[in-house]
Amino acid sequence: MTRRTLMTGTALAAGGIATMAFALPGLGFALGPIFEDTTPTVWQDVGPQDDFNEDTYVPRVINITPEIGDAGKTTIYVRAFNRRRDRVIEGQDPQPYVAISTRCAHLGCPVRYIQASQKFVCPCHGGVYGFEGEVEGGPPVRPLDRFYTRVELGRVEIGDRFSLNSDLERFAPRDPSNHLDGLWQYLYPARPTT
Amino acid sequence: MSPPLPRALRPKPRRPGDNGNGRNGPNGSTVAPPKPTVKDHALEGTASAVGWLDERTGLSPFLRGFLFRKVPKGTNWFYTLGSATLFAFLSQAVTGVFLAMYYEPDATRAYESASRITNEVFLGEFVRGMHKWGSSVMIILIFLHMARVFFFGAYKYPRELNWVIGVVLLVLTLLMGLTGYLLPFDQRSFWATVVAVNINASGPLVGPYLADFLRAGAEFGPTTIPRFYALHMLLVPGLIIALIGAHLYLVAKLGTTAPPWLKAEKKDLLTEEI
Repeated sequence: MTRRTLMTGTALAAGGIATMAFALPGLGFALGPIFEDTTPTVWQDVGPQDDFNEDTYVPRVINITPEIGDAGKTTIYVRAFNRRRDRVIEGQDPQPYVAISTRCAHLGCPVRYIQASQKFVCPCHGGVYGFEGEVEGGPPVRPLDRFYTRVELGRVEIGDRFSLNSDLERFAPRDPSNHLDGLWQYLYPARPTT
Repeated sequence: MSPPLPRALRPKPRRPGDNGNGRNGPNGSTVAPPKPTVKDHALEGTASAVGWLDERTGLSPFLRGFLFRKVPKGTNWFYTLGSATLFAFLSQAVTGVFLAMYYEPDATRAYESASRITNEVFLGEFVRGMHKWGSSVMIILIFLHMARVFFFGAYKYPRELNWVIGVVLLVLTLLMGLTGYLLPFDQRSFWATVVAVNINASGPLVGPYLADFLRAGAEFGPTTIPRFYALHMLLVPGLIIALIGAHLYLVAKLGTTAPPWLKAEKKDLLTEEI
């Protein structure tokens, strides 16, 4: 090694270290939210048990993100578990109430429940879902997401969101557009943020 | 070698009889030099200021090479689309800077501050309108410029790298459109951004993480708008400015191409000085 290459190498290394010293923390700062859970479990009261029945959905508004006003609210549809129509999946306890998220599983537009046809319909790209939120038509890749429910002192409470595959098996909450059937579930991993 | 100055800019030699060197009066007599006028002083001052700068920066050969370079025969109005895109960008930059003085990137304040710009701030409607419509103009112009380069075959050797830089600039411009769309924060912006982020989430493996990065979390949250705002007014424009510099450097370095309908009869026929 000549003196010149040593000096060149030292200068480059010093510059590189100095750059990394601000670039890496900056990058970590920007990427940080990917790795922390920003959705803590909060049980939200949506009314007394008498408000809900087995055969029709009742709309309720819950908070998904506090402190950002209307943008943090979302509509959900709630009904009681229906013994005749709801599938019971082996190995998972049925929820006392079915709370369906209005976030379309295609790209996240808000779906609406039409009581006459007992279907959920998405205004954006024509997704159609049946009574249990299962896909009946259009581009959605999996059923509508649901929320955990429980009953406290005669009142229905809504907890975390979860996703379902087309057999209505539960998964950690995914973004819309993420497939969950078969091998697809491994291409759309559960993230640390949820 | 930098190209010579155009004829109009070359200093003119003095003509006999009309100058002030004191030896060309009528009948060979000597007349007193006329007093320098205000105009002479102004010219003198400008020249010396320019000279001062040039002596210390050596800019003039560079500027001469950049501004007075030779262009091929057949150069036409289609060749101005790149400059038009550049001016669209400059317009966006200037109006954007001033919009940033009134805009508040906060989920509960964004819509209000944007409508205040439109309804209350003096000329706010006009500046916001320029920024809004100018964004579409820039997208249209950049695509027309790209089409010009493509159909004229101007992307071929040795200009491939400039094509690549141009494509990156196109993507960055589209990214400006995407991030700027959220900022008015009305229903249309909100749902368009929800859909756009979920389209990002549909990519296998990295998609869900990319969506989390854009939203700053699993849900649209209090830091989503500031994040889009920072991308829209700092990161992406910075990259665009740097790449425009590289793009223009390569244009000046490599020159432009003749239109494809001109065929060279002799080797150097396509080069013409203007």
